[in-house]
Amino acid sequence: MSSTTTGRDTVLADTVTEFDDDLGQGAQRRRTALWIGGLSAGLLVTLVLAVGLGAVAIDPGTVARIVGHHALGSPADVTWTRAEDSIVWQVRLPRVILGAVVGAALAVCGVALQAMVRNLLADPYLLGVTSGASTGAAAAILFGLGAGFGENALSASAFLGALGASAAVFVVARAGGRITSLRLLMAGVAVGYALYAATSFLIFASDSAEGARSVLFWLLGSLGLARWSWPLAIVVVVVALTLAALLLWRRRLDALAIGDETAHTLGVPPTRFRVQLLVVVSLCVGAVVAASGGIGFVGLVIPHVARRFVGAAHGRVVPVAALIGAIFLVWADVAARTVLEPRELPIGIITALVGAPFLLILVRRFHSAGA
Amino acid sequence: MISARDVSFAYGDTLVLDGARVTATPGRVVGLIGPNGSGKTTLLRTLYGALAPRAGLVTLDETPVGELKPRELARRLAVVVQEGTGELPLTVTETVLLGRAPHLSTFQRHGRDDYRVAAASLERVGARHLAGRVFAGLSGGEKQRVLIARALAQQADHLLLDEPTNHLDIRYQHEVLQLVSRLDVTTVVVLHDLNLAARYCDELVLLDGGRVAAAGTPDAVLRPEMLEPVYRIGVQRIDAGDGVQLLFRPLDAVPEGVSA
Repeated sequence: MSSTTTGRDTVLADTVTEFDDDLGQGAQRRRTALWIGGLSAGLLVTLVLAVGLGAVAIDPGTVARIVGHHALGSPADVTWTRAEDSIVWQVRLPRVILGAVVGAALAVCGVALQAMVRNLLADPYLLGVTSGASTGAAAAILFGLGAGFGENALSASAFLGALGASAAVFVVARAGGRITSLRLLMAGVAVGYALYAATSFLIFASDSAEGARSVLFWLLGSLGLARWSWPLAIVVVVVALTLAALLLWRRRLDALAIGDETAHTLGVPPTRFRVQLLVVVSLCVGAVVAASGGIGFVGLVIPHVARRFVGAAHGRVVPVAALIGAIFLVWADVAARTVLEPRELPIGIITALVGAPFLLILVRRFHSAGA
Repeated sequence: MISARDVSFAYGDTLVLDGARVTATPGRVVGLIGPNGSGKTTLLRTLYGALAPRAGLVTLDETPVGELKPRELARRLAVVVQEGTGELPLTVTETVLLGRAPHLSTFQRHGRDDYRVAAASLERVGARHLAGRVFAGLSGGEKQRVLIARALAQQADHLLLDEPTNHLDIRYQHEVLQLVSRLDVTTVVVLHDLNLAARYCDELVLLDGGRVAAAGTPDAVLRPEMLEPVYRIGVQRIDAGDGVQLLFRPLDAVPEGVSA
């Protein structure tokens, strides 16, 4: 036995009290609270302004009164026109709410997937979800699939397509044994391409130019389907539950993002947790894509922006990414419906136009930081 | 106490462990040594439950490791693994605070005590000044010390380390192992450097091809007649005042073109 093993001391058992130091975490918490407070206020302002903007501009005061009248019954006196009432309450408000919810969902699902596959270029569509939804949507638009769901046939069929794709990715990734990040990536790419081929074949086989255009429009994303209806309610509920789950899983996400072995040693079984994440994220992205089509770049870029603001810990990134995603997508939709008035652009064009340069800037910074 | 009894493990058809055994009793430091591919890391991974052995039994204080819930295992057993850091720019503080995760319920936030434990752990490895830095941006030695701090923050009474002296210069190799050997925890450590093993371990297990070739005190295991057939290198032993020193030279018997 070597002499160094004498004179052992205990592992931090009683000596801890002398370290009255929070390692800067209190200040960090206050900074995060400021960000969340500021962004929440920003989101509120965004919602009011975005409802007012469009072909018929309505001032924010009127918007607030109309919304208050419908939602809270106050003010009771109607001082606005019927047209304004219907534009604000029936058309734009559900659309703006859907935009905020979809933006938040894509951003946090991007955060979760980047942690799960440990790749900062991962986005919510990596797992074949969009391709599946597209195939479902194409089948609905071109061949009337899901007609039993009535006016919600498109959403229902896209949602089923998304779930089917996720299930396929899951099965393929599992085929080799336990699910690893690499297998998930490869399965996602493979299933994505297969479904892309299926969608293209459907378009080719239908011989309907109008239908093909509708499918393309849907693929690039649009919030135009939003109205007060059960699909919107489902999306809101699913996204809220997803947000809650990811917030509760914040430390597990941190651990998983470091590595499987590390996660295991910190009490997070990596394979089981990855499956839980997959299920939650697939349901959420499936619901979102069914309601709004394949809006790209939000889930890829917003997580990076959020990390730049508050660091990488998921307890802070998830809420901040949700707020930034919500604000960003609402403004992108305002641009989509006003830039080429009276025509409406697919929102995916706007998000890609803004997102691509953003990503390039991030890549440059990433590189120069030597990370 | 942590122990593996007659543990076998295979990757596919390749048998990596073949009836290996190791036991670390409370407060002792047990070193796993052996050439590359002898099964050191695999044996360590069965000890912390990352691998389920094909045969044999791994127990933590007499409970089979496979029967412990993941979080309970993490409260009683801390591990310093050789793994990349991921791409996320987590800070040193955030990294060390993750060691508190097994002690917190899903709804709980870090409390004052968690910060204190994290600060004390960083202080303990001489890395408190790094608290605000991004973990991925640290040097190899700094990273290793922070990972040990995270393990300390788990406040487990068992500690496993996989080649903790990798990437460290000589001074830090000794500092880290000195630190580890002074902790009042049950420790199993995989080491490549036999002289470090001689100095800091209470017991050694020499693995060769997945089997235990020798086990016992450093004095008993680190003998030329034990080491030479396993490592296929010439070993000269000097019994210095404060322990064993080993010198190595290529064996003349090694044919040309075979790397020793």
